[in-house]
Amino acid sequence: MAKTIRIRAKAKGDTTTVKALITHPMETGQRKNKKTGKKIPAHFIQEVVCKHNGATVMTAQWGPAISKNPYLSFQFTGGKAGDTIELSWVDNKGQSDSASVKVR
Amino acid sequence: MLRRTFLKGSLATGTVAVAVSAGLLSPRLVLAAWPKAAFEAKSVQAGLSSLLGSDTTTPSTDINIKAPDIAENGAVVPVTVSTGLSGVESIAVFVEKNTSPLAGNFLLGERAKGYVSTRLKMRKTSNVIAVVKSGGKLLSARKEVKVTIGGCGG
Repeated sequence: MAKTIRIRAKAKGDTTTVKALITHPMETGQRKNKKTGKKIPAHFIQEVVCKHNGATVMTAQWGPAISKNPYLSFQFTGGKAGDTIELSWVDNKGQSDSASVKVR
Repeated sequence: MLRRTFLKGSLATGTVAVAVSAGLLSPRLVLAAWPKAAFEAKSVQAGLSSLLGSDTTTPSTDINIKAPDIAENGAVVPVTVSTGLSGVESIAVFVEKNTSPLAGNFLLGERAKGYVSTRLKMRKTSNVIAVVKSGGKLLSARKEVKVTIGGCGG
């Protein structure tokens, strides 16, 4: 798979804000193909894990109601510039991707 | 080198996808921790009790949901949940009138702040409900979002 994650992390004072954009179709399994009338099978991200210097700070469990090409943002304390943030996702078809970035 | 790994990667995912579509490999088995029943629940109450073990929540003014009053496109509704509460363990986001109301559950580690932001699909005008688990208690807040074009199905 091509690169699917765009991630940025910025430290301000004690708080580090992580923002990520993932490229993913997020099919709900309820949409129909207009030509064939068949349902498009569900294909969505189930779990996103975000680690700071190897320790998990946030785990998101997602259903198909998260928008296509999901955006995610959260904050945590204790990060500083130069730290490594790693984000990975797994979808319901077993596909996955991960990316890491340095905190600015 | 990059192109090689790219090829390998796409081949590997390709075989997985084939195995899944052939029914050889149930995709649900890959992630054991994912709360399938909660995500498939048809009501907020059922989703809540399946996910968090209880369907009673206490309304709280310490939870702030930032979402548009009117969303023109139900496929992309930006929602931000923030709370000043300490010891937040998880934040669950429900869209009351979606086919499956539970949209996402964010498990927050010790150092994570009570703040998550994402974008949701909404089928029609509905309440967005945030349920924060903090110190063993379930606290909730809701906000109505009017949707002009639904975002599930089409």
